Amino acid sequence: MIRVVITGAGTINALGHTVPETLHAMREGQLGIGPLQMRDLDRLSVKIGAQIKNFDPESHFDRQKLALYDRVTQLTLLASREAMVQSGLEITEEQSETTGVVLGTAAGGMTTWDDNFRSVYEEGKNRVHPFVVPKLMTNAAASHVSIVYNIKGPSLTVSTACASSNHAIGLAFQMVRSGMARVMLAGGADAMLTFGGIKAWEGLRVMSKTACRPFSANRTGMVQGEGAGVFVLETYEGAKARGAEIFAEIVGFAMTSDASGIVMPNQQGAARAIRGALADACLSPQDIGYINAHGTGTAANDKTECAAVAEAFGAHADRVMISSTKSMHGHLIGGTGAVELLACLMALREGVIAPTIGYEHPDPNCALDVVPNVARQAKVTAIMSNAFAFGGLNAVLALRAV
Amino acid sequence: MSVKDKVIQIIAEQALLDAADVRLSATLEDLGIDSLGVVESIFAIEEEFDIEVPFNANAPAESEFDISSVSAIISAVEALVAEQT
Repeated sequence: MIRVVITGAGTINALGHTVPETLHAMREGQLGIGPLQMRDLDRLSVKIGAQIKNFDPESHFDRQKLALYDRVTQLTLLASREAMVQSGLEITEEQSETTGVVLGTAAGGMTTWDDNFRSVYEEGKNRVHPFVVPKLMTNAAASHVSIVYNIKGPSLTVSTACASSNHAIGLAFQMVRSGMARVMLAGGADAMLTFGGIKAWEGLRVMSKTACRPFSANRTGMVQGEGAGVFVLETYEGAKARGAEIFAEIVGFAMTSDASGIVMPNQQGAARAIRGALADACLSPQDIGYINAHGTGTAANDKTECAAVAEAFGAHADRVMISSTKSMHGHLIGGTGAVELLACLMALREGVIAPTIGYEHPDPNCALDVVPNVARQAKVTAIMSNAFAFGGLNAVLALRAV
Repeated sequence: MSVKDKVIQIIAEQALLDAADVRLSATLEDLGIDSLGVVESIFAIEEEFDIEVPFNANAPAESEFDISSVSAIISAVEALVAEQT
């Protein structure tokens, strides 16, 4: 069997513009959520979010490029650049056909949709910029990554709401493991913090107006974030041969569908995905030291997720650490699993477990070790990362230290 | 149509029932309305009366808006409508 390892990581999110900045924030339990800054804020009832601060697109991309890059593409390209630089990988002409990119996004070019709807509906304009379609299409980010890095193998975008990144990373893992590709860039991004994007989430009435407090009895809902996370996946043999630094090995992936509610999570579907990833990885619950939870901070998710972990892990559920870093970086929707994988790499490589911040009161329905408020030193050799999407599509990854 | 009749109409529509079959003492659950149906009903109430209903689906019991029964909802809507005028 071909072994698959991660040799590069990149991100930009509310906690930092790079991986080191993000991991520092996670270690310190910093809060990336704050008052939103955007037009027409007075018309929103949800006024907080995890926005990326001090981000100046012009300092990274020239005018011609910006005409084609929606915010989500910009964020993806910055994360990809960091991951590629860190991996030290040069994609030669010969390697380009065995290299691909799979990215997850729920909304794609939301800013472009938002701005142009305003222009034609509100301002009554009858003409839009010629690049609106290539800018907003959900595969734009994956396509631009392939263009920038001369990637000519299997490339696509997956869109499974809040599980998009985990599905993308899982598919890329399977492509390398099966021999379909030798190198894959994988991860995801979303930039839904637009007026229309927030309005849509507001409508569902699951958003908190104060803070994201996963697993805490007084939680009041989810908080939206934005950003990107991208990883370089390659064969263990290839990474060894070129002397690359190996961050971790991806050993298992499973996806399941609930076939029940369009927004309500389902314990059986989630537990089946957790068990499936363990089986795929040939690991038992006792091997897992840390779970990065989906942990949205909604009553429905947190209760169901804890019950699913208890079901899949049995007695070991009381010993495994499980935290939700969404409490810090918010819910990046389709990009969330990628940024959360950084917390998993930190656990495996540095022995630091990122905390669930904002935790105030224990909830008997979430009676697991949620690593409240303060990061913890602990040696773990295998971890899992959960993602349970609206629509009942679940994707769970299992990783091991190398 | 009174506030009461309009609210009953909205709930009946959500529950796929005749308005006559919506008992005042019934809970939304009794009427077969799930959490998604609750959110949709509240949206319909806001649109009908042009009011803002303070309701968080994460903690329905702690929301200022009482949805424990049909009559509780009617009273809450009547109060919000009165506040507005």
